[in-house]
Amino acid sequence: MTSSAIAAAGLRKAYKDKIVLDGIDLDVAAGTVFSLLGPNGAGKTTTINVLTTLTKADGGTVRVAGHDVVTETKAVRAAIGVTGQFAAVDELLTGQENLQLMADLKRLDSGTGRRIVAGLLERFDLTESAQKLVTTYSGGMRRKLDLAMTLVGSPQIIFLDEPTTGLDPRSRRTMWEIIRQLVADGVTIFLTTQYLDEADRLADRIAVLDQGRIVAQGTPAELKRQIPGSHVRFRFADVAEFEAATLFLTGATRDEEDLTLRVPSDGGARSVRALLDKLDDHSIEVEEFSVHTPDLDDVFLALTGRTSTKVDA
Amino acid sequence: MSDSTTMLGRNFKHTIRNPTAVFNAILFPIILLLMFVYVIGGAFDVGVKYIDYATPGMIILTICYGLSATAMAVNSDMTKGIINRFKVMDISRSAVLSAHVVATMLRTLVAITAVIGVALAMGFRPAASFVEWLGAIGLVVLVSFATSWITVALGLAAKTPESAGMVSVPLIMLPFLSSAIVPADTMAVGVRQFAEYQPFTPIIETLRGLLTGDPSAGSAITAVAWCVGIALVGYLWSLATFKKRA
Repeated sequence: MTSSAIAAAGLRKAYKDKIVLDGIDLDVAAGTVFSLLGPNGAGKTTTINVLTTLTKADGGTVRVAGHDVVTETKAVRAAIGVTGQFAAVDELLTGQENLQLMADLKRLDSGTGRRIVAGLLERFDLTESAQKLVTTYSGGMRRKLDLAMTLVGSPQIIFLDEPTTGLDPRSRRTMWEIIRQLVADGVTIFLTTQYLDEADRLADRIAVLDQGRIVAQGTPAELKRQIPGSHVRFRFADVAEFEAATLFLTGATRDEEDLTLRVPSDGGARSVRALLDKLDDHSIEVEEFSVHTPDLDDVFLALTGRTSTKVDA
Repeated sequence: MSDSTTMLGRNFKHTIRNPTAVFNAILFPIILLLMFVYVIGGAFDVGVKYIDYATPGMIILTICYGLSATAMAVNSDMTKGIINRFKVMDISRSAVLSAHVVATMLRTLVAITAVIGVALAMGFRPAASFVEWLGAIGLVVLVSFATSWITVALGLAAKTPESAGMVSVPLIMLPFLSSAIVPADTMAVGVRQFAEYQPFTPIIETLRGLLTGDPSAGSAITAVAWCVGIALVGYLWSLATFKKRA
């Protein structure tokens, strides 16, 4: 009896001489959401491919749903559902036919199959378009259909590779809601994302992946303690205003070249107003201000000493 | 087996959703038949009535002509995300591929039936006995099976659906460089040797022999051997490429 839905140790993978995974250890408790956070090229998709039996690792062991991915591939495949980065739907079939195809491949009897298909169409708000070819679907609808197809056969563990990349804010929230419902039903979710806020909202545990290595792992709260908080950034028109502001805004970080000050703040309306009032009281003109909440770049800067976009050799 | 049936249902739906492809696969061989028999064939002296000579060749051409659609369909399956979904499911690895083969064979048989119908209306008079008809049908099915597997392999190996459409062109050209249209011994040196030794000449000679009631055992064995060899190479190559492409 183990409560690990996914357990990986020492995963290594290289394509020719490029190391993609450099010793990954993961442990995901059953019934939780685990988020793998990292920039493009960090190795997120490769990790998913290894965990879902699509790619063989060069080294290390993986057990998914208690089965070894190499020696018990069939049992692993029967237990998991995967939704990749690009909608894995058949464009020449209708939405309903796509779901029915999954029901047939999962060998559900025809009555159960039909009921499940109808239920999923309803749940994902696709009933109206069920008889239309997928070629006519929008990006958001494809993603929904894609996830619905993954859910046919009720897998215990679901892998989602960047489920909200490219979605509009509304579809994104719908997707989050669906993920929360799944967890409430006892499903284990492994998701990758480039967005810190997404991992923060959904995940019980987050692992930060950088160049094939896990650089930090923990609960969202633990992780956020390691990264700088939000701050407000003020830019001034000239040196005089800039120097004056420095006197009144304690704890600010100066950037003399850009004439900007970074002041730690929770970013809330009240504290921002207090800061602006203080500057106003001393008649200091602010040319521009912005509230900055930590994003993936800040996490990377804090954890690796460089931003996610600048990869040094 | 049930996975393959499900996949075949999928391919069948694809086929009926794309009627122009089916129409094209039937129409083009018929146009060729009309052109060769009524326009060009009059100038050929093949020793027998030209339609009786040309129809077996046209049947084989029909098989080959339908293959580019298969290569493109296989390739677009691989280049679109759906294949990754199939791969992480607990289903038979070869079901996706064998469904393409069976769907191609069914489509081809429909097209061949249409071509034979038109040929009969144009005066094609086969002299085959019942057993020879069975032999002819068996050979056609075997050729279709073999060329479908090699096409699936080519479709898998190609990078894009467009280039997949191109890789099947040699298969369409081969029957022209065989005794399908004119006897090989009327061809120029070089082409003649090529025509004599390439697989489609014994295949077409055997089919023609069966349909004209004059089967020659020698070329039948060569024809069947070619088909089995091509099918085997196609099948093994397909599976190997399928495994390699993630």
